[in-house]
Amino acid sequence: MSLCRRVVPVSEPMVLAEEVRKSFGPVEVLKGISLQVDPGQVLCVIGPSGSGKSTFVRCINHLEKIDGGRLLVDGHLVGYRRVGTKLHELRENEIAKRREDVGMVFQHFNLFPHMSVLENLIEAPTRVRKRPKAEAITSARTLLAQVGLSEKEKAYPAQLSGGQQQRVAIARALAMQPKLMLFDEPTSALDPELVGEVLDVMKQLAQGGMTMVVVTHEMGFAREVADELVFMDAGVVVEKGNPREVLANPQHERTRAFLSKVL
Amino acid sequence: MTGLATEAPPAEELTVVPVRHPLRWVAVAVLAVLAAMLIHSLVVNKHWQWDYVRGYFTYNTIVHGIWVTIQLTVLAMAIGIVFGIILAIMRMSPNPVLSTTAFAYTWFFRGTPVLVQLLFWYSFSYLFSNLSIGVPFGPKFHTWDTNSLITPFIAGVLGLGLNEAAYMSEIARAGLLSVNPGQHEAAAALGMSRGLAMRRVILPQAMRVIIPPTGNETISMLKTTSLVATISVLDLTGAAQLIYGSNNLQIPLLVVISIWYLIMTSVLSVGQYFLEKRFARGTRVTVARPGRRMLARMRATRRDESVPPGGPGV
Ligand SMILES: Nc1ncnc2c1ncn2[C@@H]1O[C@H](COP(=O)(O)OP(=O)(O)OP(=O)(O)O)[C@@H](O)[C@H]1O
Ligand SMILES: [Mg+2]
Repeated sequence: MSLCRRVVPVSEPMVLAEEVRKSFGPVEVLKGISLQVDPGQVLCVIGPSGSGKSTFVRCINHLEKIDGGRLLVDGHLVGYRRVGTKLHELRENEIAKRREDVGMVFQHFNLFPHMSVLENLIEAPTRVRKRPKAEAITSARTLLAQVGLSEKEKAYPAQLSGGQQQRVAIARALAMQPKLMLFDEPTSALDPELVGEVLDVMKQLAQGGMTMVVVTHEMGFAREVADELVFMDAGVVVEKGNPREVLANPQHERTRAFLSKVL
Repeated sequence: MTGLATEAPPAEELTVVPVRHPLRWVAVAVLAVLAAMLIHSLVVNKHWQWDYVRGYFTYNTIVHGIWVTIQLTVLAMAIGIVFGIILAIMRMSPNPVLSTTAFAYTWFFRGTPVLVQLLFWYSFSYLFSNLSIGVPFGPKFHTWDTNSLITPFIAGVLGLGLNEAAYMSEIARAGLLSVNPGQHEAAAALGMSRGLAMRRVILPQAMRVIIPPTGNETISMLKTTSLVATISVLDLTGAAQLIYGSNNLQIPLLVVISIWYLIMTSVLSVGQYFLEKRFARGTRVTVARPGRRMLARMRATRRDESVPPGGPGV
């Protein structure tokens, strides 16, 4: 595999979480999450349902606001702007600006159903990044070719299979040329025979050097593609490390119990 | 079902017998008789005074009244739809000042009769004889005479439009709520601001839910405009009242304006059909063409065919 990814010169981490906490009402869902993702790295997050995986990934994109700890993306504190010694809460348009550099792929695709595939891909580049339409279309077509859907540019989402929709969703996120891609169980809503085509696209992306945080139940994918694997349970990181080691030789009882159920 | 294996003949000998609907044909017969009676009356009963109907159909005052009715409907609905959508967005805003204001607006304008509101606007100049722009409680830059600013026509537009906004806001809110929350998140994750997401992603999808009841409202508005006759605006109804007030030809004039109202509402229904088709983009649901479906169903039963769900002509 692409070893070169691991010799990227030491730089700022793309994601740095320190003791991140998040509560919904009285329930604390994240109880001090600390982890780091370096540029070009792929981090896979596994864990039982309700352990807070989605919540953590959504915090990275500021779809949820954290209640404690520090969360930095590409060197910026999520949700705040630092001026001298003061932290100013970001305004809505500043939050939107930060999100431009972070792509997100959802479990249920969330394509825009009233737009064709091509329109889905050029919407944000032209209206948010203000790129010229012709240029956006050219790069959208390149991306569609990459995910193997060149013939579908005129189709509407409802006319595509789940796997095709998810590949369009990945292409749509990539069209913004993000520095970081977040995936929240991208294959969980798919029929088993369609999972492979989406994972292949994600593998390709990882090999191209994209920084990725992937919540997944696909242990094979995690083993093969991830640089680091994190096992979360009940809002804490129970175990993290090299995916092969964690999967083959888990150190914690809870990890072992979980893996014995899913493997 | 147990005997099926022994009774079942080879598959190629089976014929499909569709469900028959004998009662439908009874209903058709009854309706046909009633229609015949109605037509008989229309032809034979001379109190309809058809020559007057023909004579007044395109009479000047009537045509002018139609024009006033159309203007009132279009302007009031434009105000209603625009304000209604703004109110719905305000109502759903996390800002409590905005949502409470929107709530209070709907409460007030839905809670009082539209006729009373029209009369209020008509008497507006009695409350405030001048309107001016300036610093509150301070100097005024410009002042208008209310009587010349709020003519009866403007009072009608404001009264009908602002009242409609209260109803439209609830329709628009239902539409906005019908959009999958994942759409807000997907738009946000792409760096779209809330305004842009609303305009490009949420509203176009909400329109599918908003349009049918809005068509209803528009047709309702077309007829509600007849209330402006009470504030001395000569719309279609007002025109008819004016004419039969002097010549006592109530029936023919009521027939004339009924036909005109029917023509206008029919045009609106056709418009609604095309709008729905436009906003159904990307969905598999097809828009039912009124009438066609029923006809096709009945024909299908006769010909022993089945009609695909959603009707033919797709
Ligand atoms: N908006 C919310 N309001 C209240 N509680 C929430 C909200 N979102 C998530 N939770 C709760 O937070 C906990 C963690 O949820 P989260 O979706 O992060 O889990 P997850 O690890 O992604 O699970 P899954 O594998 O089922 O997706 C759950 O108990 C959930 O009920
Ligand atoms: Mg989840």
